[in-house]
Amino acid sequence: MGKILVVVEQREGRLRGTAAEVVSAASELAVARKATVEVLLPTGPGGVSDAEALGAHGAEVIEVVSDPALATYHPDGFARLVERRVRSGGYDVVLMAATAQGKDLGPRVAALLDVPLAQDVTAIESVDGEVEFLRPVYAGKAIARVAIDADPKVATLRPNVFQPASRPAAGGVVEGALDDDSDGWPTRVVGFEESGGDIPDVAEAGVVVSGGRGLKGPEHWEILEELRSALGEEAGLGASRAVVDAGWRPHSEQVGQTGKTVSPRLYFAIGISGAIQHLAGMRTAGTIVAVNKDPDAPIFKVADYGIVGDLFEVVPRLTEEIRALRERSA
Amino acid sequence: MDDGADWYIEVAYLEWERRCYVEIVVCVKRVPDTETRVRIDRDGKTLDASGVKYVMSPYDEFAVEAALRKRDEAGEGEVTVVTVGGADSAETLRTALAMGADRAILLEGEVTQDGLATARALADEIGKLAPDLVLLGVMAADHDQQQVGPMLAVVLDHPCVTGVSSFDLVDGRAVCRRGVEGGTETLELPLPSVITITKGEYEPRYASLKGIMAAKRKPLETKAAALPDPRLRVMTLELPPERTGGRIVGEGPGAAADLVRLLREEANVI
Repeated sequence: MGKILVVVEQREGRLRGTAAEVVSAASELAVARKATVEVLLPTGPGGVSDAEALGAHGAEVIEVVSDPALATYHPDGFARLVERRVRSGGYDVVLMAATAQGKDLGPRVAALLDVPLAQDVTAIESVDGEVEFLRPVYAGKAIARVAIDADPKVATLRPNVFQPASRPAAGGVVEGALDDDSDGWPTRVVGFEESGGDIPDVAEAGVVVSGGRGLKGPEHWEILEELRSALGEEAGLGASRAVVDAGWRPHSEQVGQTGKTVSPRLYFAIGISGAIQHLAGMRTAGTIVAVNKDPDAPIFKVADYGIVGDLFEVVPRLTEEIRALRERSA
Repeated sequence: MDDGADWYIEVAYLEWERRCYVEIVVCVKRVPDTETRVRIDRDGKTLDASGVKYVMSPYDEFAVEAALRKRDEAGEGEVTVVTVGGADSAETLRTALAMGADRAILLEGEVTQDGLATARALADEIGKLAPDLVLLGVMAADHDQQQVGPMLAVVLDHPCVTGVSSFDLVDGRAVCRRGVEGGTETLELPLPSVITITKGEYEPRYASLKGIMAAKRKPLETKAAALPDPRLRVMTLELPPERTGGRIVGEGPGAAADLVRLLREEANVI
């Protein structure tokens, strides 16, 4: 009878989409291991309005730790909090999302607990009572199956890969305390400068609109931004390595090796021919759409749907059609 | 009168020296070139290395560049590059020396996907060097783990910021900027600390011919890595399932409506 701890994230007082994904993955593993799932949710003073929703995905207990020092991610504070909780709670598996936060927090927590970490996992399997993790390596060109010979097993799970599942459990919300003096955290966040609007990171976005050399210049990104905004708030922007190297787009948007490996539900490759290192970075997307004027572009070999044509004509029409569809269904 | 002035100059000089001398360790890794076509070795667990070209992990190049600039801005200091790996990794260290690093240490041992084991081997050496700053690339472009930096920081009990695009060293602190969702965050941490670098301000320099020649005479020390047994076991390494190419919905803007219908009715994604 083991226990699994899931560390989930909130934003502005509401659960992030990855919370349901990781809790669902945990509860599926819990069935195989006859274990229970408990959630740790660090947040600011306002709490999290929809915390109890995680009960529907298999969380037995949801511990909300509210403190001004936890309103946004703090590497030292969060790592110490999770370490203490794991040590006092006797967990044998610890899971979190492989978001920007999770990929920073996971290694710290694992090292504090003196155990290895399986980072950015895309599948968990329970084999004869042992847990095995699949994780892409070489930017997705190969998949490693790994096992951890230590307890607890700590892993971060790639966003958008694990589907939220209905597995009702008690889902009782309890209030926890930080029990730590934030003055003792050596790292201090001293500034934040807004830029690029409020759109999700390409590695975490459910839908990604990516542009390549076919856009012909940074001034043409407006048409991708239009498509992105038509697709809704879960959509983010991506870019090929060529356009990042050319300085058209920031490196934070780069998809592929030396950039981010992404697995959104839906991926648009616009004016991207499909270099091997780009294909590796997005091949695990749910559905891939390509728009390219070259019918022989390698991108069409991995795309589920393709349109051959001038992207400057196709993309605005696509945006129009998606807007019309959304209005009809609204 | 003269004595007083000398005394003043002496103190000012000590102050200056204290402020300016900076000791930086950069951890680098030898990885397959990012253009490599991956094939699996017959053991079913590792990369088939035949014909593979190896390079310094691109993110580590940013870290080396950052270290060289900070040393040169300070006016005085030393940049030591360290790696854990096989004898071949000496080549990667020579690359860093040719770029301008002062000395190199090869910790010989087999690197695995157990990032904590690698972090412990690095910490064993770096702890003795006691630098002001430890820099690493945000991740190695082979196992994409993004973990050795923050794990090393925990083992050394240093503060750590990951994914930094630029930073300044000010009065014994590092002021770091990094891209986060919706903007740029600035964090401050006391030295000694560990910082992992991503693409940003530190576009790496090319090694000059003079640098390459000088690198041959720079100290490169080899010792056995204090690597604990790995506890993260790779059971298999496989190629990902092939994606079967789909269909061309049509040509030109006229196909947009059909595409949107398929995305809604067939793929169920919008």
